Amino acid sequence: MENPQSERLLDITRRHFFGRAGFGIGSLALSSLLDQRLFGEQSRPLAPKKPPLGAKAKSVIYLFMAGAPSQLDLFDYKPKLNQYDGQPVPAELVKGERFAFIQGTPLLLGSPHRFSQHGQSGAEISHLLPHFSEIVDETAIVKSMWTTQFNHAPAQIYMSTGHQIVGRPSFGSWATYGLGSENQDLPGFVVLLSGQSQPDGGKSCWGSGFLPTSYQGVEFRRSGDPVLFLSNPEGVDPAARRSSLDLIRNLNEAHAAEIGDPEITTRINSYEMAYRMQTSVPDLMDVSKEPEYIHSLYGTTPGQNTFANNCLMARRLVERGVRFVQLFHRGWDTHGSSGGDDIVNRLSELCRATDQAAAALVKDLKQRGLLDSTLVVWGGEFGRTPMNEARSGSKFLGRDHHPRAFTMWVAGGGIRPGVTVGRTDDIGYNIVEDAVSVHDLHATLLNRLGFDHTRLTYRFQGRDFRLTDVEGELMKKVLV
Amino acid sequence: MARLALLALAWSCLARAADFTQVQLILTASCVACHHGAKGSGGLALDSAQAIAQGGQSGPVIKSGDAANSPLYQRIVSADKAVRMPLGGTALSEDSVALVRAWIEGGAPGLPSASARTGKHWAYIPPVRPAVPAVHNQAWVRNPIDAFILARLEKEGLQPSPEASRETLIRRVSLDLIGIPPTPKETDDFLNDTHPDAYERLVERLLASPHYGERWARPWLDLARYADTNGWEKDDRRSIWKYRDWVIDALNRDLPFDEFTIEQLAGDLLPHATTEQRIATGFNRNTLFNEEGGVDKDEEFWVNLVDRVNTTTTAWLGSTIGCSQCHNHKFDPFTQKEYYQLMAFFSNSDYKEKDYGDTSHKYVEPLLSLPTPEQAVRRDELQSKIDLLETKLKTQTPRLDAEQRHWEARMRAQEASWKALEISSARSLAGTKLERQADGSWLASGENPATDTYVLEVRAAHPEKLSAIRIEALPDSRLPRGGPGRDAYGNFSLTKVRVEAVSSGQAEPVAIAQAKSDNGRMKSKKEKPDAPVWEVDASREDKRVARRLVLTLGKRLDHSADTLRITLVHGSEFSGQGMGRFRLSATSGRTPVDSLQVPAELRPVFEMKPEARSAKQASDLSKAFRKVAPSLNASRADLERLQDELDSLGIVTTLVMGDRATNEQLSAKMRIRGSFLSPGETVYAGTPAALNAWPEGLPKNRLGLAKWMVSRDNPLTSRVAVNRFWEQYFGHGIVETSEDFGKQGDRPTHPELLDWLAVEFMDRGWSQKAIHRLIVTSATYRQDSRVTPELEQRDPYNRLLARGPRFTVEAEMVRDIVLSASGLLSLKIGGPSVFPYQPGGVWDMPYNDDKWTMSKGEDRYRRGLYTFMRRTAPFPSMSVFDAPSRETCTVRRLRTDTPLQALTTLNDPVFVEAAGALAKRVIDEAGPAPENRAALAFRLCTGRKPKPNELTAIVQNYESQREGFERHPERAAKVAGAGAKDADMAAWIMVSNAILNLDETVTKE
Repeated sequence: MENPQSERLLDITRRHFFGRAGFGIGSLALSSLLDQRLFGEQSRPLAPKKPPLGAKAKSVIYLFMAGAPSQLDLFDYKPKLNQYDGQPVPAELVKGERFAFIQGTPLLLGSPHRFSQHGQSGAEISHLLPHFSEIVDETAIVKSMWTTQFNHAPAQIYMSTGHQIVGRPSFGSWATYGLGSENQDLPGFVVLLSGQSQPDGGKSCWGSGFLPTSYQGVEFRRSGDPVLFLSNPEGVDPAARRSSLDLIRNLNEAHAAEIGDPEITTRINSYEMAYRMQTSVPDLMDVSKEPEYIHSLYGTTPGQNTFANNCLMARRLVERGVRFVQLFHRGWDTHGSSGGDDIVNRLSELCRATDQAAAALVKDLKQRGLLDSTLVVWGGEFGRTPMNEARSGSKFLGRDHHPRAFTMWVAGGGIRPGVTVGRTDDIGYNIVEDAVSVHDLHATLLNRLGFDHTRLTYRFQGRDFRLTDVEGELMKKVLV
Repeated sequence: MARLALLALAWSCLARAADFTQVQLILTASCVACHHGAKGSGGLALDSAQAIAQGGQSGPVIKSGDAANSPLYQRIVSADKAVRMPLGGTALSEDSVALVRAWIEGGAPGLPSASARTGKHWAYIPPVRPAVPAVHNQAWVRNPIDAFILARLEKEGLQPSPEASRETLIRRVSLDLIGIPPTPKETDDFLNDTHPDAYERLVERLLASPHYGERWARPWLDLARYADTNGWEKDDRRSIWKYRDWVIDALNRDLPFDEFTIEQLAGDLLPHATTEQRIATGFNRNTLFNEEGGVDKDEEFWVNLVDRVNTTTTAWLGSTIGCSQCHNHKFDPFTQKEYYQLMAFFSNSDYKEKDYGDTSHKYVEPLLSLPTPEQAVRRDELQSKIDLLETKLKTQTPRLDAEQRHWEARMRAQEASWKALEISSARSLAGTKLERQADGSWLASGENPATDTYVLEVRAAHPEKLSAIRIEALPDSRLPRGGPGRDAYGNFSLTKVRVEAVSSGQAEPVAIAQAKSDNGRMKSKKEKPDAPVWEVDASREDKRVARRLVLTLGKRLDHSADTLRITLVHGSEFSGQGMGRFRLSATSGRTPVDSLQVPAELRPVFEMKPEARSAKQASDLSKAFRKVAPSLNASRADLERLQDELDSLGIVTTLVMGDRATNEQLSAKMRIRGSFLSPGETVYAGTPAALNAWPEGLPKNRLGLAKWMVSRDNPLTSRVAVNRFWEQYFGHGIVETSEDFGKQGDRPTHPELLDWLAVEFMDRGWSQKAIHRLIVTSATYRQDSRVTPELEQRDPYNRLLARGPRFTVEAEMVRDIVLSASGLLSLKIGGPSVFPYQPGGVWDMPYNDDKWTMSKGEDRYRRGLYTFMRRTAPFPSMSVFDAPSRETCTVRRLRTDTPLQALTTLNDPVFVEAAGALAKRVIDEAGPAPENRAALAFRLCTGRKPKPNELTAIVQNYESQREGFERHPERAAKVAGAGAKDADMAAWIMVSNAILNLDETVTKE
């Protein structure tokens, strides 16, 4: 069984470890420092590790569209649904079905948006996504995703951690736990938020669960400086700072050896990372050197908290070897209960805010030769119904939550470009071909990162846990 | 995973009777493969005592004392192979069957008995005081808490840890009870106290400290979602800090929890309610308040009721009753009807309607003014004048009637001055079909392009010099949803209008001085320079009326041009928002904008003959008239001035609850699918049937509800409260999901202990201090927190409590510890929220130009809980340590450890300033020897004296820092400020900064 936790980092000897301290440990409790925990995984949790299988990709940019985008108005074109617009949904389809808001027999709702074919693959894409239409031949479109959850918070947590109740490690945590990071000066797992507030699932969407907290996603701020308090106080040069950090670390290590609480080791690592971020983050954030054509490609305006800026930042992070970057853009919950959450105006607005930058990211990664080693994932937590929700007789057009079928797309390292996986029925209600569960998606993405998902485990309280629980089949059709 | 582990724990915990253990072995071997966890076959899990007692989809499986009628027994002995369990497997041996039978007949020991009888979820059965278990190591037990904890440890074969050192204990208990670390003197006094009850005396001193209330207010204020702003987009300030101070004071005087509850939920309804009791009701005024223009006042009010129900049931009942807003609860026994019955208790609020100008109104709930006597005098003077003016402005007099007749005549003349402009040619640049209608208006039909431009030409010569052009947008049944626009909702957006005078083919632009419409301000767009000229949101029926836009021309247009060309550009980012039906007219009058004085909705009324108007119509029109009546101009100006003066008196106010007097039963409308817009059946105030019955004789109002919450047989209130106390001490509750005691929540790790504490709490008159005293004087609490490798392996989250608690303190405490160690901390209690240092740019909000102005003097160094809480822009150095935004009720905070926290405590100017103060303090107080200074700094931060190796490390660091600064005096001056001993001071500042950043400093150990 591959359990990276049990692997010892052979390159780190005790001498080497303390050599970095720059300050003799002198009379500190040396013997107790021999505690394995201090020299094992937790001392350099983000050291890069080689995955057991051949890896096709080494980093992930996950564009999480929180709120659940309407697949029927963006990707899953259903002429029949347009034809049946306004008809009652066939009763046998919805018998015994639970919806979040719909009751009674709802009416089918055709898409008010036009679709047309694009690329050599001929994928039919909504006019709301003119930029994505240009990259269809780079992506694998999965029209047959399904989930078990139909409320936002549990569904986002399920999509993020493979389990609907908070407390399991997130995908990004598993990936950094398994692979470490190629950049020791930035967190291995960075989270960037845009849109309306943070996702419903909250910080648990990027939590580390029972994995050491060094693997949890680090959230950059939504407005103002992404990371506050990066600069040393005036007059404190890097040497003085290093010297006081050495004191902090030495005293914390001595205390850890005595008290045995692994949380102290996590804090030691946080401080070391903080120190390195002091130089790495300003460089990361300085987008002024990006040429104008990059800004116009992404549609970025420096200094704004937009999805576009976050996409550009994601590329810069991956370029620097950060393992996992997750963007959350919240707002896709288009019920049509008012003019502010419908599939006519609101959905268009969301597409305008995200389409160009998401496509630009793929194009930009490609032109830099990074697409082959980066997985780009786009999708929400569930789909939306083929029926008009018409909550309380609302006149606005909108769709309710639909866990039975939705669309996501993936691109990049080891993903077959230009394919479409799966099919739904004529009105997009049920999957009729190649159903893909959340565990299947996770299994496939982990495979591309070089892991057999059944073997990337962590033993906790007597049981080996994994991201895919006890399920997960590879999506063979998207593998190169 | 945590869940599985807990089930396993609960199992062994409850295996008290030896024969139940045997039964479990049988069940595990033969049944649990299918019957386990949440998805057990038939909804039945047999992997824990709780689960067995609960039964499956068809109800309980054990009838205690009656094997023959227990489904579990019936199924294992059935002769029918299709029924007999295990299905398709080998039948249980005779011995096993006999054992199960004997166990059931013997009363099924080991199962939670009430649950077994009723099948009710444990949390809905009132707690009964359980017997304190017997333990082997009786000597360790200081109070009954320890017996429950130890019984479990002994079962697991674990030893409790030895008692923590006195230095550790005094710091731990000080942080837990008052939230401030002990001073070195307090520690010394405790170390030197030779009384056998030295610790108990320390606890008494801390419980009597006025800072106890501050520390315990913090978790309560998270529940109460206390903040200093209204939330939502505008997020304006509010004044409700008196409520925060009430909480602190109530805790300090140990107001019994039942009264604490009653005063917060219904203090205003108590007979002869005192000011303090009314202030307490601020609990449910901490709801958000959305002041955005477009928000419907009724819906906004209702949203507050939803929050009140959800917060109240979470805070007191630990329940997710909020799930029943839209549908019956899927897991717990709460119906949607019961949800609205609870809402009915809050539905009788005494609100006033406030006019927000433009077209928006909001319901404003009661405000309690707490003026000084001088302020009261001036307020009364102003208020009586304001009342007079408001009455005057509201009263239609015969004189105003006359004036109104005059005004109406003027408005009619105004109307008459507008002459229709006959459009001779209308074309669309994007293919829309435009057709003239009989009344001279034009209708758009056919293709609806994403964007379009209509070019209208008027050839007829106009007789006079024009001052303005008017565009009317008209509803029409042929347009989507009746128009007047063309998008799916009948909206349109006119992004630009151009007017040109064309002579012999030469077009000359005509400047537009002002474009004004009669549909109020478009709030969200008003500041944008490229905002559309005119947008109509027709999505609400009552907005679907004829509307007008008046374009006042920059200069009068003479008749030299042969053609007037008007270009309507529809370039909205939203697709297809063209005008649907429109008409043009023009005037040469001098006051064309007066054409908008009659509100669009009232235009039909205006056009009626006065005698044909209904009373309501007449009164609406008069009301509109009074807003523009010239004879009232002075009164309106006076009112504004007096209001301003009243507002600037600086009277402290606080938000309180208040009900209208009523003899009716309180009721609420159910909302189908939880949506405000679809009212259903009316229901009357009542409480969920699954919980305790409504006590006879209580009024069915908030006061009755509060008393029901704290009645002896409420199964949840006491358990939920003591569990939250426990959580603060040990880092996790006995029920880990302290916000959810329902079936989806975690089961208690120590169910008997939870019940024992809950009953004890009530028996001790709901004294919170009594429970705190009990917990902190237990041997369980006093254990050393060292983590042995065995414990880390067996119980990494310390749920069994074989060691003392050890975890990072909460956000507010990080600040308090650091300020306290440095000597900066102000111990002032209460008062308005304060503005300590905060980096620039945090308060950068779209619709609010409020500024963070740093407080002066000691207010910069107040305890964390006094920091001004702006919901949409929380204080960064606290949110980085997981403080919530207080937008909703928060029961449990997450605890994270990130590099961003390290950067904050290293570099945030607040922490840097604290390092400077700490350095100065040790130099002043510890004499010249570096060892003494280092030792004092260490002790001030961690509460203990450094060990020799630690001391050496600190002193060596000091020396190396000093050498560095001596080589770079310019840096030393920047760090330390100008002075003779720059390098020395700078070095101590760096050392202080490091010690303030130690894990131990921000950890309760």
